[in-house]
Amino acid sequence: MNAILEKLALYWSYPFVRYALTVGVLISLCSSLLGVTLVLKRFSFIGDGLSHVAFGAIAIASVLDIANEMPLVMIVTILSAILLLRTGQNTKIKGDAAIAMISVGAMAVGYLLMNLFSTSTNLAGDVCSTLFGSTSILTLSQTEVWLCIGMSFLVAAIFVLFYNKIFAVTFDEDFAKASGTKTGAYNLLIAVVIAIIIVLAMNLVGSLLISALVIFPALSAMQMFKSFRGVTLCAAILSVFCSLLGLLISILAGTPVGSTIVVVQIVVFFLSWLTAMILKIIR
Amino acid sequence: MAQLICQNLSVGYDSQTVLQDINFTVNPGDYLYIMGENGSGKSTLMKTILGLIPPIGGKIQTGDGLRGNEIGYLPQQTTAQKDFPASVREIVLSGCQGHCGLRPFYSKEEKRLAADSMERMGIGSLAGRSYRELSGGQQQRVLLARALCATRKMLLLDEPVSGLDPKAADKMYRLIDDLNQHDGITILMISHDISAAIRYASHILHVGETVFFGTEEQYRQVPQGRLFAAGKDGGRE
Repeated sequence: MNAILEKLALYWSYPFVRYALTVGVLISLCSSLLGVTLVLKRFSFIGDGLSHVAFGAIAIASVLDIANEMPLVMIVTILSAILLLRTGQNTKIKGDAAIAMISVGAMAVGYLLMNLFSTSTNLAGDVCSTLFGSTSILTLSQTEVWLCIGMSFLVAAIFVLFYNKIFAVTFDEDFAKASGTKTGAYNLLIAVVIAIIIVLAMNLVGSLLISALVIFPALSAMQMFKSFRGVTLCAAILSVFCSLLGLLISILAGTPVGSTIVVVQIVVFFLSWLTAMILKIIR
Repeated sequence: MAQLICQNLSVGYDSQTVLQDINFTVNPGDYLYIMGENGSGKSTLMKTILGLIPPIGGKIQTGDGLRGNEIGYLPQQTTAQKDFPASVREIVLSGCQGHCGLRPFYSKEEKRLAADSMERMGIGSLAGRSYRELSGGQQQRVLLARALCATRKMLLLDEPVSGLDPKAADKMYRLIDDLNQHDGITILMISHDISAAIRYASHILHVGETVFFGTEEQYRQVPQGRLFAAGKDGGRE
């Protein structure tokens, strides 16, 4: 135990470890906030779809040799999010089909572009780290860290200020619209915030594993809590806890960051499920 | 003056007309039953009146101080709602959202309104309970309390008793009737229950191949009403 603590103390003295932990906590907090809404609106896969789009955007950015790719990726992802939530309401192409179409398309185009035009010597490595976020959380620059911090506070502030409206739109969109709430505007807001979260979270777990960060805390919390507020708070706490634990394990054991966090999430989900079962039997 | 006037109204989805040439007028305090077979477009009509889908033709006018967003709505339940983790208080309070505008949190007054509505519907003791643990009848009363938070002028109810056992349905009917009689709230209700219509309704709108609109007495004289009453004998589907 002492050896582990010493090792942790040693790592803590490195700035990149401190960056990783700070960013990890903030990102997991943000991603869990809207998870509840997405699960309940039956939009669990939008995270996956958008992250594929973000992957395509990163590919374009690297082909164009843009140094700071974050703004471009952010804009492309936000536009796709708006498009996806819009088509979700339309009847021609159903929500899930639209997500599948856009995400797979962006992924294919992105990989193709990277293959055709990439200047990198380690293409497979680049692709892999974008997909699974293997090391990117440990290689963040100071600017990226500050951007993450700023965006996280923005997302959290929006969520708190619009909490009641997000609840109304999630629980019953028709009723909210009929009684005078501007549901279209709030759906748009939700779409933009999701897109921001996805782009941020790609740093932490990579684009293939983002859904886990959005969905698992919400699902675990829904096992144990009964009110919307309770579920939201519990999801936020669980998410931060899982990310911290996952990060520490991966630093100590040298495992990939993203997948370690997701495995911790899975374990916590089963524990919540067990807790709920036991509570049910006791009552 | 009338609260709601529909003139030559045609409704449907994506320019596909389901119902056309609907004419009716609702005055304050009316209790209107909207009847018709399944798929005849009753819910579509209701959603058009609420402004959820645009009318294909004709006009909807509101009057007598009623604004378009002052109509309370009790929708048919969606499957997503059945396992929604939310407390009764949270749901009822969300009925006030329409008055909030950009204000982020509910005022004391709105919280009192929500508490009143819950008492009124006899669910005050359930405020902290989870919506998904309630019985069907209790869930419907929660949604009715929410609609009361949104307005005290007009309520549109889409099959409020479907899926309820006779006892719960009867309680629901009496609550709604009480809102109409004592609070003077105008009621528009979609229903298949002809016996309840004859008992409670002041007016009936029967949609289908031919459209009937008139008072409950007139309805019993026309072929549609007699057929409907004889064929179904007051039974629900």
